[in-house]
Amino acid sequence: MVADLLTIQLLTELFPNGVSRYAIGGLFVGVGAAAIYAGTAINAGASTFLESTLSYVSDRSRFSRYVRSRDWRLVFTLGIILGAAVYAVVFQGGAWTTDVAPWRLLVGGIFVGIGTRIGKGCTSGHGVCGVGSASKTSIAGVLAFLLTAIITAQVVAALGVTP
Amino acid sequence: MSTAGGNEGRHPLFMPLILVGGLIFGFGLGYSHMARPEVVLDFLQFEDFGLLFVMFGGAAVTGLAYSVVPRLFDRAPLTGDSFGRRLKHFDRNVLVGGGIFGVGWGLSGICPGAGYASLGVGNLPILWAIGGMFIGAYAQGVWRSHTAQSDGAPASAD
Repeated sequence: MVADLLTIQLLTELFPNGVSRYAIGGLFVGVGAAAIYAGTAINAGASTFLESTLSYVSDRSRFSRYVRSRDWRLVFTLGIILGAAVYAVVFQGGAWTTDVAPWRLLVGGIFVGIGTRIGKGCTSGHGVCGVGSASKTSIAGVLAFLLTAIITAQVVAALGVTP
Repeated sequence: MSTAGGNEGRHPLFMPLILVGGLIFGFGLGYSHMARPEVVLDFLQFEDFGLLFVMFGGAAVTGLAYSVVPRLFDRAPLTGDSFGRRLKHFDRNVLVGGGIFGVGWGLSGICPGAGYASLGVGNLPILWAIGGMFIGAYAQGVWRSHTAQSDGAPASAD
């Protein structure tokens, strides 16, 4: 009985918002990636969209490698935006806006853009498809970005930047 | 990288499937609240570990697909490509790039897929982050195109 109460208290502390929204959302993310894989053998990732879309405006070799895939990557990204909009309309009841400061979004975004392209993947490519593939490269990539992300977020919070 | 997604002779259902897959993917990012930077920052500050269920829930489903789908079909119905796992060559860049990405993720609370989904939930300020991602991707592309040329060596096989 006491052990049960302690377990419940621990779970409440670790998961103050429960786990169902996260688990159900994660399942949908996986089903979306799995559906594309089943039909096309493509391992969907979100960050290559950045480089493939830049190939529309730049002839650099680094971007032109993705000319062949740039149209479907654009459609994939539009799908992500529309799917999230469906969530917003049905469950959220309208638009939601972040309170995180614009400079954090901009500077953080620049690091994300550089890092995902050098590191060959992001949370969807390495995190969902790569880990699902039991790829050692992806697991190493995930550990690397989790580690520096935790350190960065904790340091920024300790410096009193909120949010 | 497979040859999947070439322009010539695409199956008429190719683009619709990509769109529907993206829709499900984006709905999941919205439903999971990962499209909200605050939720990611709470996770990274050890205040709510629920986000682990998003990544590993997603990876569990793709892992199942990677093991089951190749037994159902010899080749992908819409592209004719053979099924492969997402296995990329490991080198120092994976750790360096992953580390840089993590700094950005920890500062902003947003990653690329969740950033697009964040736009979908009506979060217009996320355009700062998406703009930053394009700037960063462009900067590394210019730099790496330049070093690949000046080395005179073939670009690394990533």
